[in-house]
Amino acid sequence: MSAIRRHGTTAASLVCLAACVGATCAHGQVIHREPSLYQTVLVRERGATVCLQFEARSDVRNQSCVDRRRPRRLVLPYTRMLLGALLLMPDPETILVIGLGGGVLPNAFAELLPDARIDVVEIDPVVVSVAERFFGFRATERMRVFVSDARVFTRRAQGRETRYDLVVLDAFGSEYIPEHLTTVEYFRETRSLLTERGVVAANTFQDSGLRDHESETWFQAFGPFIDFTRDVSLNRIVLASVAPLADPSTVAERARTWHRRMEPYGVSIVDFPKTFDRNPRWDRTIEALTDQYAPANLLRSRR
Amino acid sequence: MFHARTIAVHAAAFGGGFVIMSLELLGGRVLAPWFGGSIHVWGSIITVFMVSLAAGYLIGGRLSLRRPSLDKLAGAFLCAAVLLYPLVHLAEPAMRWIFDAIEDPRYGSLAASLALFAPPTVLLGMVSPYAVRLLVRTAPESGRVAGTLYFVSTLGSAAGTLGTSFYFVLWFDVDTILTGLVAALAILAAIAFAGGRAR
Repeated sequence: MSAIRRHGTTAASLVCLAACVGATCAHGQVIHREPSLYQTVLVRERGATVCLQFEARSDVRNQSCVDRRRPRRLVLPYTRMLLGALLLMPDPETILVIGLGGGVLPNAFAELLPDARIDVVEIDPVVVSVAERFFGFRATERMRVFVSDARVFTRRAQGRETRYDLVVLDAFGSEYIPEHLTTVEYFRETRSLLTERGVVAANTFQDSGLRDHESETWFQAFGPFIDFTRDVSLNRIVLASVAPLADPSTVAERARTWHRRMEPYGVSIVDFPKTFDRNPRWDRTIEALTDQYAPANLLRSRR
Repeated sequence: MFHARTIAVHAAAFGGGFVIMSLELLGGRVLAPWFGGSIHVWGSIITVFMVSLAAGYLIGGRLSLRRPSLDKLAGAFLCAAVLLYPLVHLAEPAMRWIFDAIEDPRYGSLAASLALFAPPTVLLGMVSPYAVRLLVRTAPESGRVAGTLYFVSTLGSAAGTLGTSFYFVLWFDVDTILTGLVAALAILAAIAFAGGRAR
């Protein structure tokens, strides 16, 4: 049916990255180092914590971490924040995750939502094998992995009329942003993959010259969105939906419902709605990023 | 030494080099929305540029045997401009068609690169050998003339690479840059044409 095969040889794309600042095991012992076409994938161990990292010159940041003593606990703050998407979409039946990393987030979704079907798109086949070998990630019938560029996957999925209740975009690295995944056209294509009640959660940076451009781009594709930041993280999660965003009282009630189930993951979800910014401000005259104009990496380095 | 004719040929070599590399870098931008940012997309683009330039060198060398003139060089630039311009309007429908026809993103990006970038690049590849012929008068100086032309055209390529990746993509839309390249080719045609008439 599709050229995109599981662990396919079609090479392909989507550098799964998730910028995060975490001192956690940033300097532990390297237990595995594997160069890929896109980066050098490192697995570092410090005490009971194992982290996936992508090697870059200026800094090494964790993409995914697992605490072996408490394997469910989501070590990195941004991973916990992405679960905030469940406050807007509490019972997704189908989930698309762009960017695998160590597979920590897809695993959490699979456990929390045993009936959900999850598709993961990852550009780098080495990341998939490292996630399986070191992070306990397993592709199954209901958790499929596609080795593909996210943009190519999205267009093919449009053709197959596959639709998702929740799409999580976690494709940015701390060093490099895939620019074709920052544009209003891509966000609209992603929107077209969502069901009528569908929600998107995107992991990006909090403070950069890119921020206002991104805000304008999200706004043009989805209308009003929630800007979710927390003191513990330099990341920013954008939450947007096809239907109008769930109102604050519904969100607060869902947070209370989820609270107990989130405890093993270390996610203080009842606190999340406090920093849901429903009226983010930005310069409305700024250019949205488009397939014509998307110098995301240059813009980011401006500040 | 610095005849208008010599200057015009060197300007053509510099400009040709500039446009080739600017176009090659923009190629990644043009293809990414359909074929992604995987390494094979760059592989397709670079392959198509290499093969197109190779064909251009061969054709340009052959054409230089038959009454070479700056007018004909101007004609090559004008043709390159005409072949480049449709990229602004036809790239999108062409890539949509190829995307639907070819499922494998490797061959899809290769076919798209070939359709979009090969025609003007072959024309621009013809410039170097043709320019050598226009300036060489005696066999002993042929190496020096060729060396100077390669020097100038490769510096042009460097300038096109740096300008596009550092500045143009930050200042302009892709289509605006492409239109600028079309205009640059037309200006180079005019320079070559004028060079052929200067005394």
